[in-house]
Amino acid sequence: MSHWDENPVLSVEHLTMRFGGLVAIDDLSFSVGRGEITALIGPNGAGKTTVFNCITGFYKPTEGRITLHPHVDGGETFLLERMADHEIAREAHVARTFQNIRLFGGMTVLENLMVAQHNELMKASAWTIGGVLGISGFRSAEHEAMDRAKYWLDHIGLLDRADDPAADLPYGAQRRLEIARAMCTEPVLLCLDEPAAGLNPRESNQLNELLRYIRNEHGISILLIEHDMSVVMQISDHVVVLDYGCKISDGTAEEVRNDPSVIAAYLGVEDDEVEDVEAEVEGAAK
Amino acid sequence: MEYFVQQLINGITTGSIYGLIAIGYTMVYGIIGMINFAHGEIFMLSTFIALIVITALGILGMSSVALIIFALLLVLVVAMVLTAVWGWAVERIAYRPLRGSFRLAPLITAIGMSIVLQNFVQITQGARVKPLQPIVSGGYTLMEKDGFQVALSNMQIIIVVLTVGLMTAFSLIIARTPLGRAQRACEQDRRMASLLGINVDRTISLTFVMGAMLAAVAGVMYLLNYGVIDFYIGFVAGVKAFTAAVLGGIGSLPGAMLGGLLIGLIETFWSAYFSVEYKDVAAFSILAIVLIFLPSGLLGKPEVEKV
Amino acid sequence: MTANVSASDRFAGSVKDAAIAGAIALGLFGPFIGLRTTADIGGLGINTRWGALAIAVGVVFLGRLLLNLFVWRTDNPITGMIARAMPKAPAGGKFGKVFGPLMLALAFLLPAITAYMFPQHNRYILDLAILVLTYVMLGWGLYIVVGLAGLLDLGYVAFYAVGAYSYALLAQYFGWSFWLCLPVAGILAAMWGVTLGFPVLRLRGDYLAIVTLAFGEIIRVVLLNWYNFTGGPNGISGIPRPSFFGLEFSRDENGFAAFFGLDYSAIHRIIFLYYLILILALITNLVTLRLRRLPIGRAWEALREDEIACRSLGINTRNTKLTAFAIGAMFGGFAGSFFATRQGFISPESFVFMESALILAIVVLGGLGSQLGVVIAAVVMIGGFELFRDLAEYRMLVFGLAMVLIMVWRPRGLISSRQPSVFLKERKAVGAELVGEGHG
Repeated sequence: MSHWDENPVLSVEHLTMRFGGLVAIDDLSFSVGRGEITALIGPNGAGKTTVFNCITGFYKPTEGRITLHPHVDGGETFLLERMADHEIAREAHVARTFQNIRLFGGMTVLENLMVAQHNELMKASAWTIGGVLGISGFRSAEHEAMDRAKYWLDHIGLLDRADDPAADLPYGAQRRLEIARAMCTEPVLLCLDEPAAGLNPRESNQLNELLRYIRNEHGISILLIEHDMSVVMQISDHVVVLDYGCKISDGTAEEVRNDPSVIAAYLGVEDDEVEDVEAEVEGAAK
Repeated sequence: MEYFVQQLINGITTGSIYGLIAIGYTMVYGIIGMINFAHGEIFMLSTFIALIVITALGILGMSSVALIIFALLLVLVVAMVLTAVWGWAVERIAYRPLRGSFRLAPLITAIGMSIVLQNFVQITQGARVKPLQPIVSGGYTLMEKDGFQVALSNMQIIIVVLTVGLMTAFSLIIARTPLGRAQRACEQDRRMASLLGINVDRTISLTFVMGAMLAAVAGVMYLLNYGVIDFYIGFVAGVKAFTAAVLGGIGSLPGAMLGGLLIGLIETFWSAYFSVEYKDVAAFSILAIVLIFLPSGLLGKPEVEKV
Repeated sequence: MTANVSASDRFAGSVKDAAIAGAIALGLFGPFIGLRTTADIGGLGINTRWGALAIAVGVVFLGRLLLNLFVWRTDNPITGMIARAMPKAPAGGKFGKVFGPLMLALAFLLPAITAYMFPQHNRYILDLAILVLTYVMLGWGLYIVVGLAGLLDLGYVAFYAVGAYSYALLAQYFGWSFWLCLPVAGILAAMWGVTLGFPVLRLRGDYLAIVTLAFGEIIRVVLLNWYNFTGGPNGISGIPRPSFFGLEFSRDENGFAAFFGLDYSAIHRIIFLYYLILILALITNLVTLRLRRLPIGRAWEALREDEIACRSLGINTRNTKLTAFAIGAMFGGFAGSFFATRQGFISPESFVFMESALILAIVVLGGLGSQLGVVIAAVVMIGGFELFRDLAEYRMLVFGLAMVLIMVWRPRGLISSRQPSVFLKERKAVGAELVGEGHG
């Protein structure tokens, strides 16, 4: 039993998702270790985003159980497959980003981060009534929200652009902003769908730094889908490999990298070519 | 029973007309994703064109059956051509300049256009209701019991036969011809279609022209069957037909036809068995109920939410 | 238009193009203008009006030719010259800062200004101003639903009707006063908004539009046919007028005029109604401005930008939509009961689909970026409509054409840039092209 199975923040058990006759995910089980970065990898169409959508409630899984354990010492748990998408974000504190960035393009960078703190601010504004009357509790809550937004803007290097529309930001900055927005919901588990897609090597390194920072300083568990092997190999504590909706490997980056079946399935090559590919993957990791 | 059959016949007739108008909505929605609010007015224009041509040709005074049939065919063709020009012009003036722009803008120009068309007809042809004596008369008695006759008029036969014929022809055009292929391509991805050399503007114009022609057929039938028109009939007919298109699943041709028939039947039966006053309420309530439980209509493709 | 096209070629092309336009116009107008059907006793007859047809076609030909020569097919379009001669169009933010308070001051002083400057038209101007302000208020109410939350509501007039009938019926059956009914009417309209919104708000885009349109029609048809309760097509008359803190605007000695020692004049009530709607409209605006800066308002706008992202951030999108719908409906209800008390008579005639379309047009023409746009659009549309009173039956035609032309000229509306609800260093307007348009 690996360490991520001992006290997981999220455990996925026997997850199956069918769309009509198509089986997108077939009896998948894995754990996301507490305070760790877990990578979900696999070839295109392996069902990675579907797993994400099941965890975050955008799809209702056909079968299986997804349990979130927010606290180290047991306590309250959430059965995510029974919750609506916004409840998962609000009650269970699972935040996510999207493969094709979904920012509020016509709102400013700062507004994006304020919207992320909607539920707390709603409470502070006494569901708007207090806000209309301008109660002091709301004002201090709003200051706090601004401070949190500033904190994350500082960490993603966008403090100067706080008052610009989000759609005006360059691509890499939009990716970072989406992560910051997810962080503003104060998540227990952060799910990132291909955070490095479309980034140049420098931005990719910045992203690695940011994710490490989130894990180390805030103790947030991260589950990410990624194609960029350099990101996966450098920062992941745990890698789960999917192919055609089934798990074909599960282990540390090192273990997975050396698993020949992974390389074969992932790159779709014959067995005798595996060694060449292995060398290539190793090269990419360095 | 006899009463029921009679209402069924009447409902199918009304429904066929709604269906023909609904196709215009559904095709335009399919290709540019907007509600062509002025389509009901296009239908209204066609009834007036038909009335004017009928009066100008003096069809009412004709005695030879062959001549009347020939003249009516001429009316149909003229109405289709002139209505098509109107359909084209509305697209050219009110929608094309706004292509690819803010989504609400063409909706407002569409509403503006229907105000213009209504008032244009009101000014040029007068606000009063125009009656037309029946030209196609006669029919069959299908059943008779206790003095209640189930009648099927020649006009009703013509309407249903023409509708079925046009539907078949249209399905073939969409499925088999290069124009239909271009339309389907534009529905899927307008930019890609234009990159592949499809003249998107022309395809869209032709869609409006085709929708207007079908509305013209419906208009001629409406005039001949009901014999009363005014400048305001476009709104109600348009809303009903759009309801039919949504009910059937917008973007689907058979759906539009099915929706038209259903709306026609619901309305007719509701009027016959419950109350005439609330027939619109019945049609709209059914629409709301169907949409709440089947958000993409009866025959529409379910919209998968892409995350 | 490249420069090496010779002038004569260009002229010939322009004429040819104009000729085609003329031919199309002939096809379009031929039967309608050239042949007028008449419904005589002896059956249908026809009058010819070839002269009128020739004029209409000629106007199209000439118009197109002139546009070709001076605007479209020239290196130096006349519109460019006009644009250069005109001062640069003021930008949304600064423009609003000066223009808004100016309009407000004008609005407050209007009764005094008209009394001194146009005493003989006083009543007419105030009546018109009341009408404009009613539409401003309705526009501001609908702005919450369409502009902020991005939900396309084609049946807004239903809530206007609910407000109007609530007051009329409560006054008729229970004798409640306007001041008591006003909040009740707003709450009832909001409840209707929630009831109608609950099942339909999960529909997307144009489906929502058509269902709201259908609900608007259903309410109207019910009002039209429920004779015993609503009076059917005859409507309700004798709706009580509002009082000024209990003082009636009447001639008797307990009336408003007598109490303040003034000579009785019918204009007092008009002025009172004017300030009443002005204050109601301002309340609508202030509440909306306030809501925009609260989490609920930001959530509305976020919903317009991206609903899926909202859900991923834990926002209950259904409730958020419902609040937008309900608050929009509430203001519609307030406006409705004002309408009832002002007219003293209401009937289903006043709540047709065209009203919804008109209010929506005011919101969209004004530009979804700001509430000031709504004011300008309402003044232009309703005021302009009144200005063309002399055109009689051509008025609606011109009105429709203006709607089309303004929209083609400025698809995003008059004032379209968006002001952020919160800022760190400076408030920068967000360009219209970036702002989402919602999907519903």
